[in-house]
Amino acid sequence: MTTFAAWDEKQGAEIIEAHKALQGAALPILHALQAAFGFIPDRAIEMIALALNLSRAEVHGVVTFYHDFRRELPGRHVLKLCRAEACQSMGADQLADTARQALGIDWGGTTADGRVTLEPVFCLGLCACAPAAVIDGKLVGRLTPTLLASTIAEARS
Amino acid sequence: MSMRVFIPMDSAAVAVGADEVAAAVAKQGIPVTRTGSYGLCWLEPLMEVETSEGRFAYGPMTPDDVSGVLEAGTRHKLCIGKIDDHPFMRSQKRLVFARCGRIDPLSLAEYRAYGGLRGLNVAVKIGADATLEAVITSGLRGRGGAGFPTGIKWRTVKEAKGDIKYIVCNADEGDSGTFADRMIMEGDPFAVIEGMIIAGIATGAQRGYIYIRSEYPAAVAVMQQAIARARAEKLLGSNLLGSEYVFDMDVRVGAGAYICGEETSLLESLEGRRGQVRAKPPLPAHHGLFGKPTAVNNVISLVSVPSILADGPETYKSLGVGRSLGTIPIQLAGNIKYAGLYEVPFGMTLGQLVMDVGGGTATGRPVRAVQVGGPLGAYFPQSLLDTPFDYEAFTAKGGLIGHAGIVVFDDTVDMARQARFAMEFCAIESCGKCTPCRIGSVRGVEVIDKIMGGNAVDDHLKLLDDLCSTMKSGSLCALGGFVPFPVMSALQHFPEDFRKRRLAA
Repeated sequence: MTTFAAWDEKQGAEIIEAHKALQGAALPILHALQAAFGFIPDRAIEMIALALNLSRAEVHGVVTFYHDFRRELPGRHVLKLCRAEACQSMGADQLADTARQALGIDWGGTTADGRVTLEPVFCLGLCACAPAAVIDGKLVGRLTPTLLASTIAEARS
Repeated sequence: MSMRVFIPMDSAAVAVGADEVAAAVAKQGIPVTRTGSYGLCWLEPLMEVETSEGRFAYGPMTPDDVSGVLEAGTRHKLCIGKIDDHPFMRSQKRLVFARCGRIDPLSLAEYRAYGGLRGLNVAVKIGADATLEAVITSGLRGRGGAGFPTGIKWRTVKEAKGDIKYIVCNADEGDSGTFADRMIMEGDPFAVIEGMIIAGIATGAQRGYIYIRSEYPAAVAVMQQAIARARAEKLLGSNLLGSEYVFDMDVRVGAGAYICGEETSLLESLEGRRGQVRAKPPLPAHHGLFGKPTAVNNVISLVSVPSILADGPETYKSLGVGRSLGTIPIQLAGNIKYAGLYEVPFGMTLGQLVMDVGGGTATGRPVRAVQVGGPLGAYFPQSLLDTPFDYEAFTAKGGLIGHAGIVVFDDTVDMARQARFAMEFCAIESCGKCTPCRIGSVRGVEVIDKIMGGNAVDDHLKLLDDLCSTMKSGSLCALGGFVPFPVMSALQHFPEDFRKRRLAA
């Protein structure tokens, strides 16, 4: 389980300040903000725009282009399942169906109780020990239906 | 001698329990050295125990096996002997992966002891022009997928006018079935740094970035630590290794966009923008990062360079076939028994790789389709397994080598579904800049859905063919331009999977 700090404008400003001198600072800033707060709040977009002398639309464009950046807080547990071909060849589609059914959500969704977010990922470079997943940041290879079921049960309890 | 144990910290080993095995060994009071992976992934977590006779390997390990292995030694049933005696290793020619698995990835002393920095020392001694000439002579072609001659790209950057020039290492290894970049970054990061410095010397670039995808957090951490150490030991910075050369570099992390593996969209992303493809020309070599001359090279291309300089371009060139020279780290992935990293000179056939080296499928069922080159690579049937692993031979059969990932599927695969996925993936990952890719991929999914539903199959197959040809010739980059490869190859080689639905309907 990953816990994030509540959005704090002063801390956000410090993060932006610490990275803004880098060449091409937008992505490093966004990564650092998301690592701290779990998502990119609207206010942060305004602050980044001001710091980097960009329009809010430009920063919004960057945030929404990349799959990694979230606009809202994820569930307490984040389950990422690889959907790419190597994992498909070892049964990833069936695992994905199981997960979506068990959680009652689709890709990108969070269970109503806020406990689990399910995200797709296209390749973790674990193609020689497929199917692969990331459970709360921990890499898992050779994922089995049993392990997936127990992971989901644990996350929901 | 005191016992020493080696266990990989490679992500693939960690994902199947290497950390837990290492903890169990440490609990016994035995020092553990974390290494990269040798790439015998079906044996991970692999553990090596150093004895007076050499390093003996055991795998796949579980924490429960640890005390038994330490007690029984080579008599234990998990013992596979010395790693270099293993048939999977013995039949390889490892230049890029020579050290991966053997050394502590973050020890510059071990890096040197195992032949590291030999290439850089040569480059420093012979100077920029001769270094460039050596890379051109070697015939090295870009390992990212396009296969463009690395030396020619470097010459263009060298000859381009600019006060500042950049070396950008493309470590946005997004193709499914590929993990060579990840393994080398995690297992031998100084080799990546050495390759980048040599590129800097050859082109006159003094500044480098390595753009690593966010799906590789371990590679990011290892590369960052290696760069810090290299800086501390004066391998990076001004007057590196006591020479007149200057080179420094930093890591940048992607954010989950497949398209950022395309070089111009990678540059956009590095500049802090949406990763949208740029039209070419101008080439990045003339007008690249922040508008400056930039060499964008794949990780494996760069790591191939030190050995070219150390052992001479003629030695490198003597390996391989036709215009595909040197070695290629092949990644055996998906439903394959002996999955892993296999580096050999170009020229083995796909069948030898899948059946003889890879041992066929992991499930034990017949091989039905093999996809080479990631999500934009063609699906080959059994009948094309005689294709030699060589850029031109693959092109001639309507396929591509790409980043040399091989994904094997058994006879349960539904090729219409795979074709649909190719279009779906393109729709999800399209940067949106050009219409054939942005709209074409969405229409592609819809048309395949109709075919799969048995709806006017012949008409829709014709439409799909037409759509693919539009995407192929009308897209700005290889995403929209190459997605017809998996789609059309599935249709061409496995037509029954598209037609059986019509009968059922």
